[in-house]
Amino acid sequence: MAANVETLEQVQAVTEKYKYGFVTDIETETAPKGLSEDIVRFISHKKNEPEWLLAWRLKAYRHWLTMPEPQWAHVDFPPLDYQDSYYYSAPKSKTDGPKSLEEVDPELLKTYEKLGIPLKEQEMLAGVAVDAVFDSVSVATTFKGKLEEQGIIFCPISEAVQNHPELVRQYLGSVVPAADNKHACLNSAVFTDGSFVYIPKGVRCPMELSTYFRINAANTGQFERTLIIADAGSYVSYLEGCTAPMRDEHQLHAAVVELVALDDAEIKYSTVQNWYPGDENGVGGIYNFVTKRGACRGHNSKISWTQVETGSAITWKYPSCILQGDNSVGEFYSVAITNNMQQADTGTKMIHLGKNTRSRIVSKGISAGRSQQTYRGLVKISPKAQGARNHTQCDSLLIGDLCGAHTVPYIECRNRGAVVEHEATTSKISEDQLFYCRQRGISQEDAVALVVNGFCREVLQQLPMEFAVEAQKLVGISLEGSVG
Amino acid sequence: MGEQLATADILQKYGTGAARAETPAQPWLESLRTGARERAAAAGLPTPKQESWKYTNLRPLEKLAFGPRSQDQIGIDRLPNLLPQGQSARRLVFVNGQFRADLSTRAALPEGVRAGSLANALAEDGAGLKDLLGRIANGDGEDQAMLDLNTAFVSDGLFLHVAVGVRIDLPIEVIYLGTAPREPQAFHPRCLIAMEENSSAIVVEHHAGIGGGAYFANHGCEARIGERAELRHYKVQAEADDAIHMANVHVEVGAGGVYDSFALTRGARLSRNEVRVRLEAPGAECHLNGVYMLRGDQHCDNTTAIEHLAPETSSREVFKGVLDDRARGVFQGKIVVHPKAQKSDGHQLSKALLLSDSAEMDAKPELEIYADDVKCSHGATAGDMDPDALFYLRARGIPEATARHMLIEAFLSDTINSLAAKGLCPALMSSVGHWLSDAATGDAP
Repeated sequence: MAANVETLEQVQAVTEKYKYGFVTDIETETAPKGLSEDIVRFISHKKNEPEWLLAWRLKAYRHWLTMPEPQWAHVDFPPLDYQDSYYYSAPKSKTDGPKSLEEVDPELLKTYEKLGIPLKEQEMLAGVAVDAVFDSVSVATTFKGKLEEQGIIFCPISEAVQNHPELVRQYLGSVVPAADNKHACLNSAVFTDGSFVYIPKGVRCPMELSTYFRINAANTGQFERTLIIADAGSYVSYLEGCTAPMRDEHQLHAAVVELVALDDAEIKYSTVQNWYPGDENGVGGIYNFVTKRGACRGHNSKISWTQVETGSAITWKYPSCILQGDNSVGEFYSVAITNNMQQADTGTKMIHLGKNTRSRIVSKGISAGRSQQTYRGLVKISPKAQGARNHTQCDSLLIGDLCGAHTVPYIECRNRGAVVEHEATTSKISEDQLFYCRQRGISQEDAVALVVNGFCREVLQQLPMEFAVEAQKLVGISLEGSVG
Repeated sequence: MGEQLATADILQKYGTGAARAETPAQPWLESLRTGARERAAAAGLPTPKQESWKYTNLRPLEKLAFGPRSQDQIGIDRLPNLLPQGQSARRLVFVNGQFRADLSTRAALPEGVRAGSLANALAEDGAGLKDLLGRIANGDGEDQAMLDLNTAFVSDGLFLHVAVGVRIDLPIEVIYLGTAPREPQAFHPRCLIAMEENSSAIVVEHHAGIGGGAYFANHGCEARIGERAELRHYKVQAEADDAIHMANVHVEVGAGGVYDSFALTRGARLSRNEVRVRLEAPGAECHLNGVYMLRGDQHCDNTTAIEHLAPETSSREVFKGVLDDRARGVFQGKIVVHPKAQKSDGHQLSKALLLSDSAEMDAKPELEIYADDVKCSHGATAGDMDPDALFYLRARGIPEATARHMLIEAFLSDTINSLAAKGLCPALMSSVGHWLSDAATGDAP
């Protein structure tokens, strides 16, 4: 009896800790549970997709069936039951289609407010256009008019399929092929929504584009597909942030992000990932299996990935750059924090194909509790990449003696004119620094947050302003309970 | 997994048929061999699909059809000496894996030191070796098919036993000669070293080919280093051009013990040095260093795994290589710090100079850390030599070829000169010099 009360209290304590853990009650239109060709057809039909896209999905689905689960990552979880999940759900009001924010279901708006992204305020104050994905269907898109003036397309990908099929058909799957890996293949078969961005030649996108993904309806995995194309000489900065409500069952999140930068174009892609990480004992939490890849197709193009990964029970994510164009640049800045029973296997791939291509990798990993974290990266210099240059730095910080931090870089150099450098260090959080802070009356938890924020400063600085503030807070929240 | 071979096929393909005949029948030895043979047959040859063999393909080995061991006594006119006369405590010579007493020296060794042929030791005191042989290098762990193959044919090699408190200053020189004048040959020498408490020894291995030919030298080595004991284990690999050289070294280091290893690779078309060290007790220490110089179609793989199992253990690792023509260098280094190994310290560095546009370097320095109070770091670089340094020398009237040689020598020399056994450095540096002058005389394809 006493044990029961204790358990109840513990559960409550945990629930309080995850402040974004809540479920919005909205009637959803849901496809039957499970995965089959019929479900793929159902999704395609719901989205009113052209024949070629359905064929593409089905081809991906059939190939997916033949693929084994990837086993190489340093993560451990029971086998996934793909049939025990819903692959499509949409807020019911979709058919009417909200014309303005006022028409949007107030329940939804409240959800966003709790997440700290009041659309109206953002529209007015921050100047950020938000394509908010609520489960699988986009419900509100703002600033569309302003962007349209410049010829910028920023819309849900399902809309892009209808309105700009030639662009979607040309680029979809051109960076991450349908059969790339098991999770990307599943996404290709059942992706429901996501963002589509096209920046025309010579246009500098006047605002940060941002989208908040949120898993809502219980037992729904989300399969977004994001496609960003920066045409010659253009620039865009794209933000992505996620929080997810509390749930006990494991949830699969298999997204695909494809970036294409043509001549002289630049794409900056920033992510703050704070999906539900599960409780202290590793129960629940999101499986975040994401394939992100950018192709620097044009000369002098640049793609920069910045990520702050604090959430998810399991993170499996390698934002990569294929540096095809001569003089193209790839960057990867990452902070990954794991606490309790979280597992993260993350890193990047820099594939140097063009001449004088440059890449820079800065990865900061912080492990606390009983978590396991791995940096896994590949730097590949092809024989034609004369003058290629790479510098990689990955540092790991360990808090507590039950966690693990691992570094697995692969370096393949096939050109003598290239310079490849890799450095990595692993160390404990400095007792001296903590003591210094404690002496000045700073609480242990604040001191840890301060030291860790200093450790990741180099990466956090890369984030756009709005995110940098949020990310710093997140660093502190994520490490709560890891010391003392 | 590679192609599965029936046990009989393994025997036929890689065996020499001589293994059993040489050593008296001992049931424990026979079961050690049989067990290994079965594991090797079940696993097949490793393929690049296996993570630890990602960058090394054994196809050239599969293609060789080995002939029976040639029974003629091979005449050796001149031993390829590494150490000057009188600079070694004892010289042991093995030809195609078999001990040759007629070529070896029999200088008296300090009391408590046994250094000789493993086959002889098995014949004299088989039971005494039962608890040593195959204990450390036992085929456990990932992808140990090559070691199993060695164990399957274990018969001869170096046996070194140094008793408590005995220290020998002069190196024990071991010369492994390979030759295959007619048909390709395969042999599997096994080295067994036991260093008792407070003992110390230096072993210098020199691998060389005579008369050329394609042969497969599949070395296995296991060493137990007791408390506060020291083993310096140096190796120069200058096998014949068509040779395939594999070495699996397994070491256990006790409290305060030191395992210091160095490998210079310049021979063989395909080679792999795999060193696995377990730092088992507090204060254990290991240094794994090496240099490699490759050209033509040579391929050299240095794979190391260091396990920090106890607190206050430390490891240092530096590998440097020079790659010309279509040569390919591989470095896979792994440091694992287990949960109990607090206050461990591990450093790892891989550097490669690429001298041609077709050369390739693949590096995978890996850290796996489960303890928080540790200091671990690794670094890896690959690229051409510094153009500024080259310009500096050219500006002072030094011809380009000479300047490049100077820079290569300088690049490799700091690893070589960091050896604890300083007496060996000149011999190693002259080996570098030979390699460079081979290029100058247009020996390279």
